[in-house]
Formats: sequence, C-alpha cells, structure tokens
Amino acid sequence: MALRFEVLGRFNRARAAQLTLPHFACQTPLFMPVGTQGTIKGLTTDQLEEIGCQIILGNTYHLALRPTSELIDELGGLHKFMNWPRALLTDSGGFQMVSLLHLADITEKGVTFQSPVDGKPMLLTPEESIQIQNRIGADIIMALDDVVRTTITGPRIEEAMYRTLRWVDRCIAAHKRPHEQNLFGIVQGGLDPVLRDICVRGLVDRNLPGYAIGGLAGGEDKDSFWRVVAQCTAALPEDKPRYVMGVGYPLDIVVCSALGADMYDCVYPTRTARFGTALVPEGVLKLKHNAMVNDTRPIDPTCACMVCKNYTRAYIHCLVTKDAMGSQLLSYHNLYYMLQLSRNLHSSIVEGRFPEFVCDFLQKMFPKGDVPEWVCNAMDVAGIDISSCCSS
Amino acid sequence: MKFAVKALSSGKARAGVVHLGSCPSSIETPCLLLSTRKGLPIFISPDLLSSLPSPDSNLLQFSPLHLEGASSTLVSSGREVSKRCVNIGQEARWGDTTPNFDSSEGPSPKTISSIGGLHQMVGLHEYGFAAVARDSIQCLPECGSTNKTGASFETPCGRRLIKPVEYMEMITSMKPNLWATLADEVPAWANNKRNKTSVDRTVKWLDECIARSPLLLKLVGRGGQNRVRVNPIGFRVVRAGGAVFGSIVGGSNIEERKRCAQEVAVRNVSGYWIGGFGLGESMEERPSLLNAVTDNLPKDWPRMICGLGLPEEVLQGVAAGVDLFDSAYIYHLTIGGFALTFPLDRTEKIDYNYQLSDQGSDRTKINLRATVYRKDATPIVEDCCCYTCQNHTKAYINHLLNVHEMLAQILLEIHNTHHYLGFFRSIREAIKEGCFEQFQKKFVQSRREHLAADVVSV
Repeated sequence: MALRFEVLGRFNRARAAQLTLPHFACQTPLFMPVGTQGTIKGLTTDQLEEIGCQIILGNTYHLALRPTSELIDELGGLHKFMNWPRALLTDSGGFQMVSLLHLADITEKGVTFQSPVDGKPMLLTPEESIQIQNRIGADIIMALDDVVRTTITGPRIEEAMYRTLRWVDRCIAAHKRPHEQNLFGIVQGGLDPVLRDICVRGLVDRNLPGYAIGGLAGGEDKDSFWRVVAQCTAALPEDKPRYVMGVGYPLDIVVCSALGADMYDCVYPTRTARFGTALVPEGVLKLKHNAMVNDTRPIDPTCACMVCKNYTRAYIHCLVTKDAMGSQLLSYHNLYYMLQLSRNLHSSIVEGRFPEFVCDFLQKMFPKGDVPEWVCNAMDVAGIDISSCCSS
Repeated sequence: MKFAVKALSSGKARAGVVHLGSCPSSIETPCLLLSTRKGLPIFISPDLLSSLPSPDSNLLQFSPLHLEGASSTLVSSGREVSKRCVNIGQEARWGDTTPNFDSSEGPSPKTISSIGGLHQMVGLHEYGFAAVARDSIQCLPECGSTNKTGASFETPCGRRLIKPVEYMEMITSMKPNLWATLADEVPAWANNKRNKTSVDRTVKWLDECIARSPLLLKLVGRGGQNRVRVNPIGFRVVRAGGAVFGSIVGGSNIEERKRCAQEVAVRNVSGYWIGGFGLGESMEERPSLLNAVTDNLPKDWPRMICGLGLPEEVLQGVAAGVDLFDSAYIYHLTIGGFALTFPLDRTEKIDYNYQLSDQGSDRTKINLRATVYRKDATPIVEDCCCYTCQNHTKAYINHLLNVHEMLAQILLEIHNTHHYLGFFRSIREAIKEGCFEQFQKKFVQSRREHLAADVVSV
C-alpha cells in the first residue's frame, strides 16, 4: 500500500480526509479533472496547480495507443513526461474499450477488440492492463473490471460481477509496484443490491488500498444511482478512500459526498466548456446564447477565478466555439468551479457546517424550492435536513 | 503616446523608445507587436502572457474587425431569451420553445464603451494596443470589393465592407493606445489607375477618420506627440481614444509611395502606418519602395508597418527606418507545429558541419511533428528561458501534436513569441552598437548558406 487515508472531520456519513499519495497529499472530497491524453485540454500544468488541482486522471487506453506506455516508461513515467508534480490516476482501459470500440468482445481471458490503428485483433487482459499502468506510473491504478451499463438487465450483470472479482486477483498478481502505486478495485453488480453486496465483500476481502464504485453514471435513473452509492459506501471500509467513477454533475457530487464518497472524476466540466457552457451556482450558463451578447456581468460574480475576475459574459460569448481562447477560458473557469466545490465540501465538513453548506448549495440551485425527489430521499438517508430548501 | 529616437545605425535604422499611457515601462523599438484575435493572443492565455519578457511583450496588435458584426439586428429581434436555465442534474432545457439562436457576434460598441474599452474588456490593463483594420492572419484587404464608401476585407465571417464612420465608431469605443486610419491597400500587381485611386482614397479617409476621432478639451503640458493647437484661452484640444497613425499606401509604384507619404506627412498625426506591403511585392523591389515612404516622413514620429513577417523582411523594414512591426510569422509557425531555433547569439560562428539528424531542419526552425522527436527529452532550445523550454520537452510536444491537443499550440506560441522577441532584441543591440548593416548582412547570408549546405549534402 502506498497511501495514507486519515479522516479529519465527519458529518454522519460524510467525511473530509487527507489522502496522502506518493506524489501529493490530497484533501477529500475531491474532483479529478480528466486529462485523457496526458493533458487537460488547453490548460498548462502551472494553471492546474494555480486553481488547486490535486489529482489528474489519465486514460490508459489512449496513452497506450499514443505515445505508448513503453515510451512513457522510457522517458521516466507520466509525471515526468507531462511535468505534473502532483498526483495521477490511471483507469484500466476497459471502459474505453467498451464505449469506443465497435467490436469489443469480453471473454474470461480479457477484452478482445480491433486495434483502431491497423484493425488487427487485440486482447487486453487484466495482466496487460496492469503492466501498462505500471509503466505509466500513476499514484493510483485501477483494476480491469468487466463493466456493463446499468441500463442492461439479465444474467450478464451477474457474470460481469463475478468476473470482476476473478480479474481483481489476476490484477493483484500482476502488479509489480505495490509500494509506489495503489491498486483500487471496482465494485460492479449493476443496480442489483444483492450482486453489489457480494462484490463489495469480495473486494474488501482482498484488502486493497482503495475502492471504486463503478458501472454508474451511464444513463440509469437518479433514484437507482444514489441507492447503489449509498449501499456501497455503507459497506466499504471506513478507513479507505471511496471513488465514484464518472461522477459528474456538481449536484451528484454533493449528494455522493453526503453519502460518504471521497473521489470523483468526469469529463463534463471541460467538455461542456468546449460547447460554450459555464458552471455556475444556479446551474449552467450558456455563453453561446444570444442573450449574452451585451451582458457585461462576469460569468459568476461569486467566483474568484481569473476568468470571472477579468471578463464579461459578452466578451466570452464572442470567443466561445469560435476561438481556442474561448475554450481555454471556460475550461479554466469550469475546473476552478469544480475544484472550489471540492474545497468547500472538505472545509465545510471539517469546520462542522456541512448541512449549512448543502442547504446553501441547494437553495442557489433550486431557488423555487423544487429540489428533485431523489435528492431529498438521498439526503434523508444521509441524515441531512434540507427541509428549508424544499417548498413542498 | 511619446516616442523618441535614441540611436541610428547605417543612416536609417533607428533604435527608439515608445511610451504608452497604459504601460508601466517604456518599450524599446524596433519592436514586435504580438498578434491577437479579439484582443487576446491566439493561444497564450492572459495569465501566461506575463511569462514572456517584459516590457518587450507588452505591445499587442488588434484588429477592430475581429469584434465587428455586433448583432444589432439579432438583439432587437424580439426574442426574449434572458432566462437562465436551471441545472437539475442534466444538460438543461430552455423554458421557451424558440430555436436556440446561437451567435458569436462581438459586443456592440456601446457595450464595449460601457465596459470601459479594449483594455478593460480583455483584462490587459498594463498592455499597449495598436489597432489596425488589417490583420495579416484573418482580415485580409480585398481591394476588388473596396469602393469609395469603404474598405473591404475577407474575414472568417465573410467579406466585410468597413466605412470610415463605422471604423471610427469602433475605435472610439475601444480606446486603443494607438490606431491606424482606414486605408485602401492594393496588391503589388494592381494597375496604376487603381493604385493611384487607392492613394487618393486613403488620404481622404485619413482626413475623415481624424475628423471623427473623439476630442478632449483639457489642460496639458507643452510638447508631446499629439499635435496640439493652442487657443488663446490656454486650453488645448487633444485627441482622446489613442494616438493617430496616418496610413500610407502606394502599392509597387515608387512615385505613388512618395506622393502618399508627402501628403500624410503634413497631416495632424502622431505616427505613420505603412500599408500595402506583404501583398505580393518581391524581396528585391521592397527596399526602394520602403525608402520612398520613409525618406519622405519626418524623423521624429514613429513608423509602424504591417505584412513584413519573416526575419529577412523585418530586417528590410528596420533598414528603411521602420519602428513597429506586426507579424503573422509566429502564427503560421505555431499552427504548422514549428518551433524557432535560429541562434540569437550574434557572436556564434557559422557551422557548416551539422549532423544529418537535423534532416529537414533548416537550422532556423524544427518541425516538432517529426518522428525524430518522439523520445527527445530535451527542450526546444537548450538555454531558452521561456515557459515552454523551462517546463517541457520536444517529446511531449511531439505527442501533443500527434494527438491534436490544443496545449501544443499554446506551448509553441509561447516559445516562438519568446524567440522572436529575442530576435528583435538583437536588432536593437546591433543598432545601438552602430553595426546594423553588418548584422543584417550576416543574418541573411547565414540563412542562405544553410540552405546551400542542405542542397549539397542531399
């Protein structure tokens, strides 16, 4: 194990902690921007440090294709290659296989797919995934899991869950650098509580440094989503980090944190920036829209980032979707927003004002009091009184 | 704006100092204006701009046409879409059912004024902006459609005709430190009649622009660059909204160039903008055309030029007595994946025996897309102190280019700008040391010799 996880404050299930990794000591709850190909689109490592980014996620699939894990290894690992002094996390490559590739097929051996480079049949095994991730050198690496979409039903889900457990053992065996890289297991099982329970127990038995809740954020209804998260966080060990993969929207992060999760990743903030959408306390602001042409207010008057301090909506409007600079400035703001949210979650829990923070957050987002039912139910389970935010 | 010539070399090349109100320090000339799009560099974000050498990098070129097309028609279309949408965990839907009318028009001059002008709008308060309608990258003069009412430009939003009144409305709202009057630029192959018309028209528009520039009644000290008229009561009438640079055209005709320069020289302007270059004239004919202009301009006022991008072209401009240059060179290098590497150290000897691993390289720049850089863990230029060379390797930039990541262009624009600013610094040093002519000869010669050596070795 190459990490230390120390809880610094709690409110019911929510916790604020220090997660000490080989390259950086992080504070949770935290959001990890996705740097798919060894870079966060349009931002330098200096800027990322400036806005308080603690961990960046790299995609094993993409990096293995270009520039290849061997080259990254030869040049000293991904940290050195990108010149990122803080923490890195790599995923297993499995998800991209399934989501990007037409003819990906999953067998007990691994994921067979057609190489996008030359069309040759290729195979990603648990062993190969870990080897690639060993070469890349991230602080946290993910076990290769058999991931199925939550919108699928039937025996496939059970098959995938058991296979995930078998693959975890192969990942553990193949892992050559356990003192420098932390292997996280991923809980699967679809939306079935029984399957999820079996998977959690199985992973906990393996005594891994940390655990992820996978297979969500894929189109399932919100009510099922939060229940799976709640179940898993209740059953996973208290003293290890919990990572909800692919989450997400600020609201989802607040709810999952209330339920006891610590880490999140999503392409949403940077992707939506490239489409001209800014994240604000009220929700989103579409900078492309006509109404912005002569709006001289900042994107978010309560935001302390360089973009909100210097630029008007009108100016950003004329840049977005037309100029690279528009993408850059909006990505900068959106990431700042997510990282500030992380900081607020951490500090409000540590300072004993988490419920107040949650209420404030919900009031800004739902000024009419129309908080969605799933949020109310989840907060109930989390033991947080949000009645002041709800009109009904 | 204040300008003074401090040193001369080889007769015409001059080193000077320009001081703009918004910049804390004076800027030495000859100097490079950084290219911008809508007021910000094309790739370098504003917080990274400060990593470039200062005050060299504090002068920015800006074309008002980038923000042109304020949607007065769109805004008054009656669509009330001011409600912001609320996120309920999904990409939100708008309340109304009208189609999402997306536009990327610039803010109107009225809005820009209310923000406080260009500097405020782009958050670069301590930088100097030079506004010129022509931008060699995006807004290219289209003389075929230019007519007596206005100048035509090819822009990303299509062909635009700008009238002096519209141009001045933009200048007034933006308040750049200095601006060029609207010009009718023609390419080198324009016929004499068209060329002559362009001179007449440019001078006419100069007078129109000046007449429409905002006036400010204030008490000012004597002297200074703005030519002030003192009335009996003791107030001076000065130009607000920036120093006026009178535009000079004339195509490839020495006589017309001379005529235009003489006309503009007697106008009430604070400097001169030399247009019509970089539009098809040859390297050989350019020096005499440039001299035809500068020989007929007063020595004490600054001269700015557009369209001389390459180092050799800049040197021609300097030799003729030009002080301020914008350049599309950095942009084209950057988007092509090139990084400048030519030596800036003036004492370096010419070396003919370079390795064949410099294949394809002309020793002035390298193409970072080349596979030879895949594993090169060294910076672009070994002792370059730009952000890119201090933090990243050729291998990383090669990867970024390969996977089409925007960060590649950001890092390249930083390095190329830094390097080119270094080139301008060497020019200034050579002038101050009185050896500009040798500097120019040696520079041009060494580049030719590398090309020759290339041919021989292949």
